[in-house]
Amino acid sequence: MAYFLELLVNGALTGLMYSLVALGIVLIYKSSGVPNLAQGAMVMLGAYAVWLMASWDVPIYLAVVLGAILMFAFGLLAERLLLRKMVGQPIIMIVMLTLGLEIFLRGFAPGFLGAAPKQIDLGLGLAPIILGDVFINRAYLVGGVIALLLIAASLLFFRTHIGTKLRAVSDDHVSSWSVGISVERAIGISWGLAGLTAVAAGVLWGSVQGVDWTLSALLFPAVAVVILGGLDSILGVFLAGLIVGILGSVVPGYLDQLAGGGTRDVVTSLIILLTIMFRPHGMFGREDIERV
Amino acid sequence: MFYRLSGIHHTRYESASQLWPIPADRWQVYALLALALAAPLLVSDLYLTSYLLPWLIMTSAALSLTLLMGIAGQLHFGFAAVMAIGAYTSIHLVRFGLPFELALLGAGLMAALIGGVFGAAALRVKGLYLVMATLAMQYLVDWIIVNVPAISGGAQATLQTPRTTFLFLPLHKDEVRYYVALLWVVLVTLLILNIKRTSFGRALVAVRDKDFAAAVIGINIVRYKLMAFFTSSFLGGVTGAVLAYCFYQAVTPEQFSFNVSIQIVAMVLVGGLGSVLGAYLGAAFVLLVPIVLTNAVAYLAGLGLLSASTNLLAHIPLMVYGGLIIGFLLFEPLGLAKIYDNLRKYFLVWPFRHARS
Repeated sequence: MAYFLELLVNGALTGLMYSLVALGIVLIYKSSGVPNLAQGAMVMLGAYAVWLMASWDVPIYLAVVLGAILMFAFGLLAERLLLRKMVGQPIIMIVMLTLGLEIFLRGFAPGFLGAAPKQIDLGLGLAPIILGDVFINRAYLVGGVIALLLIAASLLFFRTHIGTKLRAVSDDHVSSWSVGISVERAIGISWGLAGLTAVAAGVLWGSVQGVDWTLSALLFPAVAVVILGGLDSILGVFLAGLIVGILGSVVPGYLDQLAGGGTRDVVTSLIILLTIMFRPHGMFGREDIERV
Repeated sequence: MFYRLSGIHHTRYESASQLWPIPADRWQVYALLALALAAPLLVSDLYLTSYLLPWLIMTSAALSLTLLMGIAGQLHFGFAAVMAIGAYTSIHLVRFGLPFELALLGAGLMAALIGGVFGAAALRVKGLYLVMATLAMQYLVDWIIVNVPAISGGAQATLQTPRTTFLFLPLHKDEVRYYVALLWVVLVTLLILNIKRTSFGRALVAVRDKDFAAAVIGINIVRYKLMAFFTSSFLGGVTGAVLAYCFYQAVTPEQFSFNVSIQIVAMVLVGGLGSVLGAYLGAAFVLLVPIVLTNAVAYLAGLGLLSASTNLLAHIPLMVYGGLIIGFLLFEPLGLAKIYDNLRKYFLVWPFRHARS
């Protein structure tokens, strides 16, 4: 029972940290309809940026803030230079463009900054927190709490002035233009915000598993989270993150010895497949109605 | 000028609808084929087996995928998994005692059957969701291959291809492997070229452009989508088997990982969606440019003009390859085939400037 509880709690916390990666994908998809498959690499880039500044003896929290500013700028640039030229192109082109960016960054950051895993020390300490018989990873706990805060913040953000504009843009580009909202700027801001969440996710995951290219592999669980939750729902990201995290921790916890390992990827793949077969728009996503 | 059109009057439907109606194009194809046949005499064994051979095989893979992605418009991000099914099936069939020719057929059929299951997702969703579904299936197939010892021969295992013959020729000789790959790529090329001008191909194009509209004009979209997946997976499966026997000669699951799927999609896109010539050019580009650039940087670093660490050199292929995808999508979305087409149109009327096309 304690084993199950431990898997459950730690799974839920990792799940919240997956949500943090997935949040960036949702922010961009919501405003522009672009599925950002480069989010994994952006998380990695954010982590590398913070590590680089920390290695120049910048205090870690200042480094995080500076990294966030840098990645916000990176998001704006990526939108301006790459995605804006792709408006109106078929979806395969846009998917491949973001995937190309992912591959490029996967070579770029480790190539120039070193491929060996690096440490980000947030000063949390390594000792697990013990509640009854349950061991909770301290980094996961902090990560989960920060993820929760950021998800709540982004829900609140959509109530602000800019957030309202973003919601209008996500609803319909042409009508937003006609009431004087700059759609380009709104999409740019959503890319910048995705950059911000990428830094948060990068620092938290980097402090757990070290900073190297494997951070970009977080894309896969994050994709499962957005598919399950619905590509344009922030609430969906939160719930789906919990589900993906818990299933991805409990099932391998029992089946890995039997099946010879790697069942976490199988669970993630099955979540994607089953969601797409039975409810393609996810739990809370908006259903597309197609017309000839 | 080079493609002289004057004096070419097709007076019969057969001559107008042949594969290359312009003689200049036809002679180019014959010349290339002659060069390809003579290649073992012209180039050294190293070039033959480490450049030409993978290029031809990856071209067949890109051609199989372009049938699905370019002509039928169904996105597929798990094509390496289909090839893996073909490769493993062929090896196990030959070990079981079947002749290699039949094993190739079996590999194709097995891949087509399982690939048809991939197609089931296409009946339900399209676009982005189809990408995700095929991506998930890639992971599932990979996992099954790695974790079922009967298929992979145990985790981390390498499965040697058994010694066998193709049409009584020993398959472990370099020239025979090259000619098998060449034969296969020629067959696939002719098949795709012909599919494009039959009712099957036109139905697929209609499904690609708008499947509901295609249904309205009487095309059974369920049937054609499944047929597209079946045909393409069959070709992919045989290509996987050819890749295993003629190039690697020993298979591991990593040779068919997700990255390989992306690589094949990149070949199709860089070459030009739906273009046969594009598959050849795209495969060459994606395979060769990273090698050439890494060598160039290493050479410059060796001269002392540039300082590059081994770490940077190791990551240049990834950067180049991501950069290529981005660059082509931004600046020439129709790919290398379009660049060739522009050149050809220019020379079609050279020295004049306006083409009637």
